[in-house]
Amino acid sequence: MTSPARRAVAIAAGLTVLALVPVAAALVNQPFYVDLFRRILIFAIAAVSLDVILGYGGMVSFGHAAYLGVGAYAVGVLTHHGVHNGYVQWSFAIVVSALVALAIGAVSVRTSGVYFIMITLAFTQMLYYLGLSIEEYGGDDGMRLAARSQFPGVIDLGNSTAFYYLVLAILVAFLYVGHRLVEARFGMLVRAARSNESRARAVGFSPYPYRLVAFVIAGAMCGVAGALLVNHTEYLTPEFMHWTRSGEIMFMVILGGMGTLVGPVLGAVVLLLLEDVLSAWTAHWQIVLGPVLVIAVLFARRGLVGLLDGGARRIGGSASDRGGEPNGGGARRFGGTPPDA
Amino acid sequence: MPDVALAVAGLYKRFGGLVATNHVSLEVGTGETHAIIGPNGAGKTTLINQLGGSLRPDAGAIRFAGRDITGLSVPARARLGVARSFQITSVFPDFTALDNAALAVQAHAGHSFRFWRPARRDGALAEPARAVLDAVGLGDRAHVRAGDLAHGEQRQLEIALVLATEPRLLLLDEPMAGMGADESQRMIRLLGTLKRRHTIVLVEHDMDAVFALADRISVMVYGRIIATGPPDEIRANPDVLAAYLGEEEAA
Amino acid sequence: MILLVLEQTLNGLQLGVMLFLMAAGLTLVFGIMNLVNLAHGSLYMVGAYLATTFVLWTGSYVLGVGLALIGTLLVGVAVEVIALRTLYERDHLDQVLATFGLILFFNELIAVLWGRAALYTRLPGWLSGHVQVLPGVRYPLYRALIIAVGLLVAALLWALVTRTRLGMLIRAGASNRTMVAALGVNVRLLFTVVFGIGAALAGLAGLMAGPIYAVQPGMGEQILIQVFVVIVIGGIGSIRGALVGAIVVGMVDTLGRAFLKPMLATVLSPSAADTAGPAIASMSIYLLMAAVLAVRPQGLFPTEARP
Repeated sequence: MTSPARRAVAIAAGLTVLALVPVAAALVNQPFYVDLFRRILIFAIAAVSLDVILGYGGMVSFGHAAYLGVGAYAVGVLTHHGVHNGYVQWSFAIVVSALVALAIGAVSVRTSGVYFIMITLAFTQMLYYLGLSIEEYGGDDGMRLAARSQFPGVIDLGNSTAFYYLVLAILVAFLYVGHRLVEARFGMLVRAARSNESRARAVGFSPYPYRLVAFVIAGAMCGVAGALLVNHTEYLTPEFMHWTRSGEIMFMVILGGMGTLVGPVLGAVVLLLLEDVLSAWTAHWQIVLGPVLVIAVLFARRGLVGLLDGGARRIGGSASDRGGEPNGGGARRFGGTPPDA
Repeated sequence: MPDVALAVAGLYKRFGGLVATNHVSLEVGTGETHAIIGPNGAGKTTLINQLGGSLRPDAGAIRFAGRDITGLSVPARARLGVARSFQITSVFPDFTALDNAALAVQAHAGHSFRFWRPARRDGALAEPARAVLDAVGLGDRAHVRAGDLAHGEQRQLEIALVLATEPRLLLLDEPMAGMGADESQRMIRLLGTLKRRHTIVLVEHDMDAVFALADRISVMVYGRIIATGPPDEIRANPDVLAAYLGEEEAA
Repeated sequence: MILLVLEQTLNGLQLGVMLFLMAAGLTLVFGIMNLVNLAHGSLYMVGAYLATTFVLWTGSYVLGVGLALIGTLLVGVAVEVIALRTLYERDHLDQVLATFGLILFFNELIAVLWGRAALYTRLPGWLSGHVQVLPGVRYPLYRALIIAVGLLVAALLWALVTRTRLGMLIRAGASNRTMVAALGVNVRLLFTVVFGIGAALAGLAGLMAGPIYAVQPGMGEQILIQVFVVIVIGGIGSIRGALVGAIVVGMVDTLGRAFLKPMLATVLSPSAADTAGPAIASMSIYLLMAAVLAVRPQGLFPTEARP
C-alpha cells in the first residue's frame, strides 16, 4: 500500500514538474508549451471540481461543462459591456455559476441514477442553446474577448508565464480546499451517502441538502475554470458548454482516477496531451480516442492513480474501487437522493 | 420515556395480491425486548421495514414514545432514536470500522455543514466511536476496512452502528443471520448486555437467541400476529406449534 | 392564421412521432437490460446516412430505405454483440462512459466515410406533393406520412408488448430479469432481440429524418438529448410514457419556436421579443422538464423499480 508520505512526495514532485514547464519551454524556446499546459491546467481545475461530486459524491453529472460556459460568459459579457475589472468579473463568475448550479441542482439532485445523468445533460444543452440564440454575444459564432480581465498592479494576464503561474496557484489552492472539504464532516457525509445510501439514512443522515451544497461548490469551482478559460482563449463561444465537453472532463476524472483529487489532474494532462499528439497525426483522431476511452473504462477501473499505486487498496474511503457493491451486484444506483420508500 | 415505547395499531400493507401485513397491532414497553418470530414469508421483514420507515404502510399507525411517526422518513426516525440493523449486512464498506462508527456518531452530533476540520481528528466523534467498537468487541479491528471484515465481524459492526446513534428503540432484523455457533453465542451475550437499557424489537429465526433474550414473543403467520406472550406461553401454544410444524404435530 | 397554427401543430406531431420512435427504443433497452445507451443517437445517424446512400445507389426510394433499415438493424446487433454485452453487468457510470466513447468513434467513422459536410436527400416525386388534411388545408405529404408511420409503429409496438409471447417476455424481463433467466429463457437472445428492435426504431427515425433534417456527424446527439427529455418527462421504462412525453415535447418545441416570439411581441418591445423569443423557445422543453420534475420526480408514468 502506498503510504500517505509517499503519495505526498509523488504529488509534490508532480506539481514541481508542472511549475517548471515555463522554464523548460524557455530553454527550448518553445513558448507554445506554456499555452498548452496552461490550457491543460485549466481543464484540470474543471476536472478536480467534478471529482468532488463524482468521485466522492457519486453524482454522475454529465452537465459539468455548463459551469465552464457560465463562468466564461460571465466574464465575457461584463467585458463586452465595458467592465474590465478582474475582481468584479471573477466574483461575478463565481456567484453566477453557484446560482446556476443551485437552480439546476435543486431540480436534479433529488433524482438518482439514470434520471440524474439525463437531466444534467439536458440542462447543459439548454444553456448551450441559450448561448447560441443570444446574438448580441455572438450567437453560434461566438465573440472575441475585447480585453483580458484586469488586475492593475497585481498581475498582467497578457504575460503568458505570469498567467500560467496564476492558474497553477489556483489549481493547487483548489486541491487543498478540496482535500479539506472531503475530509471534513461535510465530505464524510457525502461520501458515506455514496458508499451506502440506505445505511446513511438509517443512521440519521439526510443527504439531499449536503449533496446540493456539494453540487453548488463544484459548479462555482468550475466557474472559476471558465473565467480562466475565456481569458486563455480570448474568445467566447457556446462550445464551452457543449455536452461533449462534459464527457471529456468526466473522462479526465475517470482516466486519472476518481475520488482522489489529484487523479483528475493527471487525467487532464494525459488526455489533453494525447489529443494534442493524435490530432497532429490525423484529423480523425477521435476514431482512435473513442475506443481507447472505452477500453480504459472497461479495464482500468481505478484509473492511472490506481495503476501507480500498484493496485493496492487504500484504507479509508477512497473511491478507487468505485465504491463497491454493498448489497450485491447489479447496476448501482447513484447520483442523487432516491425516494424514501 | 413513557411506559409504552412502541405502539403499532392496525398496520396494513399490500403488494398487489399479497397482503404482507394484515392489520397488525402490537405494544412494546420501555426496556422490553420483544421478539417477532414466524415461518418464512410471514412478513416479519416487511413489518420491520415499516417500523423503520423504509416502507410506507397502506393503513395503520405507528407511535414511538407517544409520538406518531407513521409519516416520518427514515433519517427523521433515526434522529428520534429509532435505530435499525439490517438482515443483509449494511455498513459503509469503503470506510474503516472506526470511520463507520464515527459516521454514526456524526449523524447525531448536529448538522454536518462543517467544511474544514478533518472529521477523523475530531475527538468528539472518535472517542464515542472507539467506545462503541470496544463494546461490541471490534476494538482491535478499528482500522480494518469494513468490506474486509469477516462476516461475523460485520454483523458486530452493524450493532456498533446501531449503538453509536444513542438509540432509544432498536429494530434488529435477524442479527444472527449467517453466524456460526461461536459467533452466535458472542452475539447473544452482546445483545444481552443491551437488554435493560434499550427497548428492543428483534426479528429472529435462531430460537436459542429468542428464548435467551426475549421478554415477550409475537408470532407472525401470513402477515398476522397469531399469538403474543412470554416465552413459556408461546412454547406451549398449540397454534404456534401448528404454524411451525404442521397439523400432524398439533394433532 | 388558423392555417399556420394547424400546420405547426401537425409539425409538432411529426416531431413528436419521431421522438417517440427514438424514445421507445431507448426506454425498452433501459427497461429490459438496465443499459444506458448514449450511442442510441448514433444508430439514428447510421439510419440517415445509409438511407441517403442506398437511395442514391439503387435509384429507388423504397429499396433504398428498406436496405437502410436492415443495415441499421445489422449494425445495431453487431454493436450489441461486440461492445455492449460486457456492459450489462457494469454500473451506469461505466455504461455512460463506454457508450460516450462509441459516440466519438461513430461520429468520426461517419466523417471519414462521408465527410463532415451535411448531406441532402431529394425526395422522389411521388413523395414530394401535398395532401389535403382538411378541406382547404394542405400539408406536405412526406410529413403526413411520417406521422402515419409513427402512429402505426406505436400501435404495432403496443400489440407486440401486450399480445405476443415476446412481449410477455419483455414485460417479465422488465420487472424481474433474474427470474426470467431462471425460467430457462435464453436471456442473451432476448436482449439481442430487444436491442435489435430499438436499433430498428432508431434507424427508421433516422431514415425518415434524412430528407427534412440535415444529415451530418453529430446529428444523433442533437435528437438524443431531446429524447432524454421525453423519457424523463414520460417516465423511464414506460412506452406509454414515451408516447405521451414525445408528443408533448414535440408540440411544445415546435409551437414554441413558431409562436413565442410573436406572442411576446404583443407585450414586449419588438427588439426585446426578438432576443427573448428564440432564447426562451430554445429552452422551452427543458423548462417543461424542470416543471414536471418539480411535481413528479419520476415522470408521468413511472414504472416499478426492477431488481
